Amino acid sequence: MPPDIEAIAEQVFVALADPSRRALLSELAAAGPATGTELACRLPITRQAIAKHLALLTEAGLVIAEPGERRRVRYRLRSAPMRVAQQFLAALARDWDGPLVALQQHLDKLEE
Amino acid sequence: MGFPDRIERTVELKQAPARVWTALTTAEGLAAWFGDTATIDLRPGGSARMTFGEEHVANMRVERVDEPSAFGFTWHIFGLPEEDPRRTYVEFTLEPNGNGTRLKVVETGFAQLSEEAYKVAFDGNTTGWASELGELVTYLDAA
Repeated sequence: MPPDIEAIAEQVFVALADPSRRALLSELAAAGPATGTELACRLPITRQAIAKHLALLTEAGLVIAEPGERRRVRYRLRSAPMRVAQQFLAALARDWDGPLVALQQHLDKLEE
Repeated sequence: MGFPDRIERTVELKQAPARVWTALTTAEGLAAWFGDTATIDLRPGGSARMTFGEEHVANMRVERVDEPSAFGFTWHIFGLPEEDPRRTYVEFTLEPNGNGTRLKVVETGFAQLSEEAYKVAFDGNTTGWASELGELVTYLDAA
């Protein structure tokens, strides 16, 4: 595993810790690439705050800035870092303690 | 490194390995403690399937059958898209412990993003839906 994997996961979790950034990512995931102005119209976040959050998300590799028509920059979601973080969550979500207790109880019940 | 690749648990059971083996490797046994329903074709390469509630299905591939000491299977990594081919490997080992069994479960492969796979995932992202939709447009235009 490359050493930067954990750094990538960390950036994802930092990005998701903020409600405005979650809203931006959700909007890009749901509706596709958009400019900062479009995002400001659709979300209850100021244009300045959007610019700041998009800069952080771009830095983290979670969105990519693409030149669009009339030199307007469009932002697009990049899902690869999410998949890195997903693997970390998968290990946490794989609950073996519950099933093993259930196994123990099942076997004890058979004995009775 | 705080990124877990492996989950390991050991549980002491009062029952003998043969009894525990039945609970781990039969449809009836699995449905009694693990899934809500279960089917299993108990041979290496065989398929097994469990359902959890209405929505969750676990499709497993049996990898190791050494009765009554080791049972292994692979399954999909929780949270990844269904079509993602990456899987974790789960192995149960049963060791006699007095009259009972020491059961160990080890699941490995959570951090299996190799540098190559990682790079593919990362770089491949520039394609994704954009290119899929582009291909669809090209295909429709050509028709």
